Amino acid sequence: MRKIAKSALDSLFAAMSESKKVYLPVDGEGGARYQLWTEGTVLSEAVNTVRSAKDFFFPQTENLVEFKMEGKKLDVIDVRRETEDFVIFGVRACDVRSFDILDRVFLGAPVDTYYKNRREHGVIVSLACNKPAETCFCQTFGIDASAPAGDIVCHMTDDTLFLDAKTEKGEKLLATLEGVTEPCADSAADEQKALIRSRLDKLPLKGLTADKFGGDKTKEFFNDPAWASLSESCLGCGTCTFVCPTCQCYDIKDFKTADGVRRFRCWDSCMYSEFTKMSAGQPRLTQKERFRQRFMHKLVYYPANNEGIFGCVGCGRCLAKCPIQMNIVKVMKKLGEGGDKND
Amino acid sequence: MQKVTRDILVNKAKELLANGTVDRVYGWKKGEFAYDVTPALFKSEKELDEFVFGDFCGANVSKYLVAESKKAGGKILVFLKPCDTYSLNQLTTEHRVDREKIYAVGIPCEGMLTGSALKDKVDSVLSVETEGDTVKVETLYDGVKTFPASDLLPDRCRNCKSKKHVTYDELIGEDGEVLDSGRFDEVEKLEKMTPDERFAFWQGELSRCIRCNACRDVCPACTCEKCVFDNPKSGLENKAAADSFEEKMFHIIRAFHVAGRCTDCGECSRVCPQHIPLHLLNRKFIKDMNTFYGEYQAGEVVGNRPPVVNYTKEDIEPSEAVKRGE
Repeated sequence: MRKIAKSALDSLFAAMSESKKVYLPVDGEGGARYQLWTEGTVLSEAVNTVRSAKDFFFPQTENLVEFKMEGKKLDVIDVRRETEDFVIFGVRACDVRSFDILDRVFLGAPVDTYYKNRREHGVIVSLACNKPAETCFCQTFGIDASAPAGDIVCHMTDDTLFLDAKTEKGEKLLATLEGVTEPCADSAADEQKALIRSRLDKLPLKGLTADKFGGDKTKEFFNDPAWASLSESCLGCGTCTFVCPTCQCYDIKDFKTADGVRRFRCWDSCMYSEFTKMSAGQPRLTQKERFRQRFMHKLVYYPANNEGIFGCVGCGRCLAKCPIQMNIVKVMKKLGEGGDKND
Repeated sequence: MQKVTRDILVNKAKELLANGTVDRVYGWKKGEFAYDVTPALFKSEKELDEFVFGDFCGANVSKYLVAESKKAGGKILVFLKPCDTYSLNQLTTEHRVDREKIYAVGIPCEGMLTGSALKDKVDSVLSVETEGDTVKVETLYDGVKTFPASDLLPDRCRNCKSKKHVTYDELIGEDGEVLDSGRFDEVEKLEKMTPDERFAFWQGELSRCIRCNACRDVCPACTCEKCVFDNPKSGLENKAAADSFEEKMFHIIRAFHVAGRCTDCGECSRVCPQHIPLHLLNRKFIKDMNTFYGEYQAGEVVGNRPPVVNYTKEDIEPSEAVKRGE
């Protein structure tokens, strides 16, 4: 483990930036968001960014291929380029877990080469959450915000940042930072970890459990009468899906250019009326079915295909951002209560 | 802050359910946190146990009436704050709701807090209490913090345009007046900018847009059965932007489409997960219409024609409008 004074963070980011681009959460209008570090950029202390870190590997919009017409000749242009190495600094435990969830989708066969390219070039420097928020419930999914995963795991005290390399990628990066950091005992961050753990114990959503859900629970929950009242006021917007670190659905569309076609993909939302529309129409006719799809995917379908791992990481973004304050916590509590008074 | 209590509303709802005036109630349901309130339908006296009313009941439930008033059954009870009544009138004008199926009870409003505005100022909110105009916020790590309500209220409430209910079947408390608000102050600031400054301002704001469509989906003026942006056959359906500023097209087109019909309820800015001050676009249109066509407030009176669809000889010459844009 190595350490650096908090007051010297600028020199740490400068040293990192010598070999790689460094992105970190920065406070701005409406909350923290990842930005490229340049001299003078200040690390945000917000517990989380408005948009999740999935953008780095699975951007909202991405060109896949271009087709160009020249007379009667059609060129197919591969737009993929090898990504440069980059560092994402300050990723929280929940978002680090979200990468595992996305990996299972994009790196499983057939491998998504666009995603893989970026994933391989990204180094994750995580940062334990000193002040988990009231909306946080990562513990529900077995995530420990005091000990995140990542290539390098960091803990921040009032005056010091501790850095602990956990992977080969992390060790390589940390080795380049020897000039600005100094070695310290492996137990140096233990006090901070204990403080965080005591704070996690006091969170209002601490007791929330996902035990009743899982890959074999389709029959238990699919026809639960509670879906009707839970989805009743849903606006059908895509806020929850777009701020979610694990929502991974996308659409592929063509954009007509002057002399051809640019094929791109972009995030899609199961909350939208046109989602997965096919020749026979939209399979989910009302907002109730669309709403159900999102939560069944997180709590039942994803675990069914991924050894019981849930598709939610408890980051709490949907709790903070839903325009009508409906969210997965309310859904988890309400489902399976046995009948719904509104039906 | 709010002078009317939950119990007054629940008792009114129970009375109207019991005497058969209405058979369901659109209101608000308590959530996990103090600021966390969901619009909800209540179909029986017993369900009203979960009914809440307080300083976070800002959601304008008028738009839910578009779908709800089409359903079979009796009348729907809604409790409308003054600004919500303008929306209901506008929806009635546009034949989007069946006003006969709605029983509107006007309730006074002292301004509504929002979770997002609150969380801009304080982290990790455990509970919120208001005493008069003082808001006490209990936090996880910083003890109890105290704010004057005006520090936490969103622009739409700080610059409230009216405490008057423009439509109701019954009123709780006394009706207020149309206010002389400073709601165009921010617009004037934007107007004073150079075109480059203004472009930079909107570029900064709109480049944060994630195109979740929450502004459109919550907007009581956006009630098209199929939005052009959702229609794959329109050629405009775009779930993605070609560049980081393409979203301006979506927002500007939307602002044009609701011009003259937007009542300035401010829901678009309330729901934006990226805190984009979308209401300023609408207010610019409202201000311009006031300037060029005379004062007009959408939703003030049922049946009023917005100036942009109501030709008069006194209308501004298009050439004059063009000159102004140069």
